[in-house]
Amino acid sequence: MFQSPLRKPLIEGTKSYRSITTDIIDPMMNKPGKLWYFGVTLSGAAMMFGLFMMFWTVWQGIGTWGENRTVGWAFEITTFVWWIGIGHAGTFISAILLLFRQKWRNSINRSAEAMTIFAVICAALFPLIHLGRPLLTFFIFPYPNTRGVWVNFNSPLVWDVFAISTYFTISLIFWYVGLIPDIGTVRDKLKKGFKKSIYNFLSFSWKGSARDWHRHEITSIMLAAIATPLVLSVHSIVSMDFATSVLPGWHTTIFPPYFVAGAIYSGFAMVLTLLIIARKAMKLEDYITVDHVESMNKILIATGSIVALAYIAEIFISWYSADEYEYYNLVNRVTGPYNWAFWIMIICNVVSSQLLWIKKLRTNLAFTFFLSIVINVGMWFERFVIIVISLHRDFLTSSWTMYKPTIVEFGLLIGTLGIFFTSFFLFIRVFPVISIFEVKSIHRISGEKKGKDLISNE
Amino acid sequence: MKKKVKTLLAMNSRNYISVFFSDEEPLLQAVRKLLASNETILDVRSPFPVHGLDKLLSIKRSRIPVGGFIFGALGATLAFSFMAWVFTVSYPLIIGGKPYFAAPSFIPITFECTVLFAGISMVAAMLIRSRLKPDIRFVPVDEKITDDLFVVLIDSANGKTTLEKIRSALSDIQTVEIR
Repeated sequence: MFQSPLRKPLIEGTKSYRSITTDIIDPMMNKPGKLWYFGVTLSGAAMMFGLFMMFWTVWQGIGTWGENRTVGWAFEITTFVWWIGIGHAGTFISAILLLFRQKWRNSINRSAEAMTIFAVICAALFPLIHLGRPLLTFFIFPYPNTRGVWVNFNSPLVWDVFAISTYFTISLIFWYVGLIPDIGTVRDKLKKGFKKSIYNFLSFSWKGSARDWHRHEITSIMLAAIATPLVLSVHSIVSMDFATSVLPGWHTTIFPPYFVAGAIYSGFAMVLTLLIIARKAMKLEDYITVDHVESMNKILIATGSIVALAYIAEIFISWYSADEYEYYNLVNRVTGPYNWAFWIMIICNVVSSQLLWIKKLRTNLAFTFFLSIVINVGMWFERFVIIVISLHRDFLTSSWTMYKPTIVEFGLLIGTLGIFFTSFFLFIRVFPVISIFEVKSIHRISGEKKGKDLISNE
Repeated sequence: MKKKVKTLLAMNSRNYISVFFSDEEPLLQAVRKLLASNETILDVRSPFPVHGLDKLLSIKRSRIPVGGFIFGALGATLAFSFMAWVFTVSYPLIIGGKPYFAAPSFIPITFECTVLFAGISMVAAMLIRSRLKPDIRFVPVDEKITDDLFVVLIDSANGKTTLEKIRSALSDIQTVEIR
């Protein structure tokens, strides 16, 4: 085997297989530090606040929100689309980068996939509570019923139900299939006892046989192959919730690719937010290196530029189409009462990611962390701009109105952030955050070597 | 072959010899040597997939993708024909002036069902074929196999293969333990 002396190692420090196992498992086995307790308390409190607001919404009704007859969709759908978008980076890392044989993904795929699952859970809560009567959710499922009707399969809202539930299921099993060998590792590290039995149960009696590995690899690559179009379809379908309507600002064919690029953009920002904390808190600097951060920042440049191009295309088309409603919508975005949201969106999404062309900035962790939060704020406002600004100026001027979110709605956003981070904090205590077997399999080729090992033949 | 592995390992008698290695290179060399001296390799276990081993052990390419394709096609057919049936036979309803049989708008759900069926079937096939199931009584051959140990299990039930024979065959390869 040959290791290119030109390429920087993906894993820093001289490691053995044993030390890789202990490096990754130890922070999980040892007593958690103060930072963990602090984090879990904070996010747990946010979660409880959000759960109370959810209860309040269901108890009192949708009237507790700021929505009105003109702006029927606002904060919740914005947050829903935002969360779904965040989930997309996990699948991008685990599926698309696997198909492209990007070895650097091996250190980050596990946590990114976990992030996907938690983000989709957060997202799925919103349509549920947006119904106002969550107990009637089952109306959306096509089953022979006493009402004598079927759901409307022509509606993107029904497509959404299928897309998101499929996406959640496939992400979950993809994640778990990857976890099985690592749960086996945890199992074998534990001493006899209750905990070991649980991991033994969860490991599906993984034995590491050559045939099992063969099937495991084929299944993983095939799941990646089907998850790739799936992830593109999910956000395309979410965008069709808007694009198939006749509302100026929503009624555009650019939406599916635009939403997908935006989703991956915000998702990578969230991965960076999480991993820059996790690598420090769990002492995983050797595995999630500055190079990993830089690679992710490069993807931010690419997707951020696609998003910028989409904005430009939208602006151009609203003028070129000569549709006065569409053109008014653009003018209203830039100069109307919500123009601050538009400018936050432009500054946070377009300007910020272009700074990453400077190598000094994209290898700077503190700056990247700050930027990742800025981008997530910007991406939230992008959806807000699309949804609220397009709605609040109705075709009838008598229906023109403004929308103001209430504390309950902020509570729901804070609450889902709480659910997301609490789940992540619990996840890092229960399962290995880095895919141990995948890191081991690239260790020989991409690990740091002593001089004489640089070129070794099989 | 697989049944044999299972029964032999379950008997927990000296029907197999295990050779332990600390890395994949000596493992691959040893497997080549053992195959050359006509030993039967029951199984090779490793902490991560060892590339090149599939060919040596002549493991046939798994047909899991074929199963995935069949179930995916089934999912597509079921989803599409169900929606077509609902809107043309069971409850024809004009929605937004579109025809009853609005095939393009059935595509997204058809696609999602294809992916769902294919994904679940492939994972199920993998679990069934590798006999992976939750079992709290499972005991691995060695607890370090999932950490940093590679092991080759050699069939010694035929009486001809002995520890000494294996030891001398692998004398120039770096092994951790032969037992």
